[in-house]
Amino acid sequence: MTEQERIQKQRTERASQAAPEVTVDATKGDQLKADLDDLLDEIDEVLEENAEEFVRNYVQKGGE
Amino acid sequence: MSVAKVLGIETEYGIAGGPDADQIVASSIIVNAYAQEGRTRINWDFEGETPDMDARGLPDLTSFAPIVETHLANTVLTNGARLYVDHAHPEYSSPECRTPLEATLYDAAGEEVMRRALMVANQMIETYQAISLYKNNSDGKGNSYGTHENYLVSRDVEFTHVVRAMVPHFVSRQIIVGAGKVGAETEAGLESDPFFQLSSRAEFFEEVVGLETTLKRPIINTRDEPHADAERFRRLHVIIGDANMSQVATFVKLGSTALLLAVLEDSGLGAFPAMPRHPVGAVRGFALDPTLKCAVLCEDDRERTAWDFQDELWRLAHDHVEQHGGDAVASPEEIQLVLTQWREMLDGVRDDPESVADRIDWVAKLRVIRGFQERHSLSNGDARLQAIDLQYHDLRPERSLAQRVGLRVMHGDDAVREAVHNPPGSTRAYFRGQCVARYPGEIVAANWDSVVFDLGEGPLQRVPMLDPLRGTRLLTEELLETSATAQALLQALDR
Repeated sequence: MTEQERIQKQRTERASQAAPEVTVDATKGDQLKADLDDLLDEIDEVLEENAEEFVRNYVQKGGE
Repeated sequence: MSVAKVLGIETEYGIAGGPDADQIVASSIIVNAYAQEGRTRINWDFEGETPDMDARGLPDLTSFAPIVETHLANTVLTNGARLYVDHAHPEYSSPECRTPLEATLYDAAGEEVMRRALMVANQMIETYQAISLYKNNSDGKGNSYGTHENYLVSRDVEFTHVVRAMVPHFVSRQIIVGAGKVGAETEAGLESDPFFQLSSRAEFFEEVVGLETTLKRPIINTRDEPHADAERFRRLHVIIGDANMSQVATFVKLGSTALLLAVLEDSGLGAFPAMPRHPVGAVRGFALDPTLKCAVLCEDDRERTAWDFQDELWRLAHDHVEQHGGDAVASPEEIQLVLTQWREMLDGVRDDPESVADRIDWVAKLRVIRGFQERHSLSNGDARLQAIDLQYHDLRPERSLAQRVGLRVMHGDDAVREAVHNPPGSTRAYFRGQCVARYPGEIVAANWDSVVFDLGEGPLQRVPMLDPLRGTRLLTEELLETSATAQALLQALDR
């Protein structure tokens, strides 16, 4: 296990009424794949089959 | 004297697919699909479903008219956000929030709104027309679209001081909050022919200060449209950020920027680091250098790397909080979380990038791109590396890479689901969202600073909300609870 961060936020009137708890959930961080290979296996599975066409067809109009 | 840092993020999503691959039509379908979902029981049905949008348990969509509406849709959501078609992109503008953590939650809620809209929309159109959405900022071919932050700033601060104080932050923060990008796509960027950049947006910036957002993009945007009492407030419209998939990056981006604005309001320019002599060159140069060695000459004749800027700015914020607190930004506990995460990401990105691959988007992205490249012995220009870049930002659960790389989560699925429907209680977004939820038939229009009612007879009635900190749960919940109709609400407000 790596670090566990959990800071209980005290209720104050001053700020963040809607944010009851201040937390960085380290459990997801723990799942950071120690073995990059597992992650790459997964990427092999979900990557678009025809990458070239996928990338070429992604054309956007500018925005903002 | 610092004012409460009311804040929020607007995000234009990239979009592909749809009938005739027309992005305006596809964007309209997305927005209309969500608007319909919100008005039917389908909305309710979603609540018990798995958040990963498993195909099981899909709602019955046969009650939908086969709509392919092409008019530009524009809706206000019950969580106080705006969902609409902006140019050729669906855009989610989060409700006004009171703290960085809250704004991070409502940014995540925006992703969830888009995922739900996508799911409903794709049930309405043919499979070969299926739409996909991307929370990113460019198409790799020179077209960029924005993720804009907004911060409430005191009108007392001279705008030239805002420029002078914030440019160092805006050119350098990308080392911890950049989303990363394979390659380059503008004339200037292509000249350097990089394999990878820290920020997807950096190469699109051409000016230091200006009003434009689509051409000659400036590091500091001068749009002066406070959506609030213009005598008291500015709204700093920050157009230089990347869309983050990492919640911690979003949180630190918002928290660090809000804190530095509070420092400026409370203590003036004095302690801010000098500006780079050439800010545009700095933001581009920093983006091109994952080793973080690039240094630029500043107006005080010192050279600084992006890391040096961030280190100085962190100390400035830290010392300010020690002396003055950070009430304008958040609770003491939340401020500490901003400072500790900001510091950890800063030290980690220099000393041990792997340690922050669970928080910094560009590090997470580059890690898998390098790994994939090695595994398959690919050249730098291989399309699969660009596909990984694009799919990092893909909102389709079955394609999303950001969901797979192990990013830390600050707001769990339950909180996000709650925020999809309910407004923050801390700003006027509460009143807006609640009115939309309670009196949908009587509201003809709503925007950031007013809600307009049509009671069927007599003139339209406009309820102004010029102060972002009024209309909160504390101030209006009882009024709303005791007003069964819009008419009763307006009568009570008249009294």
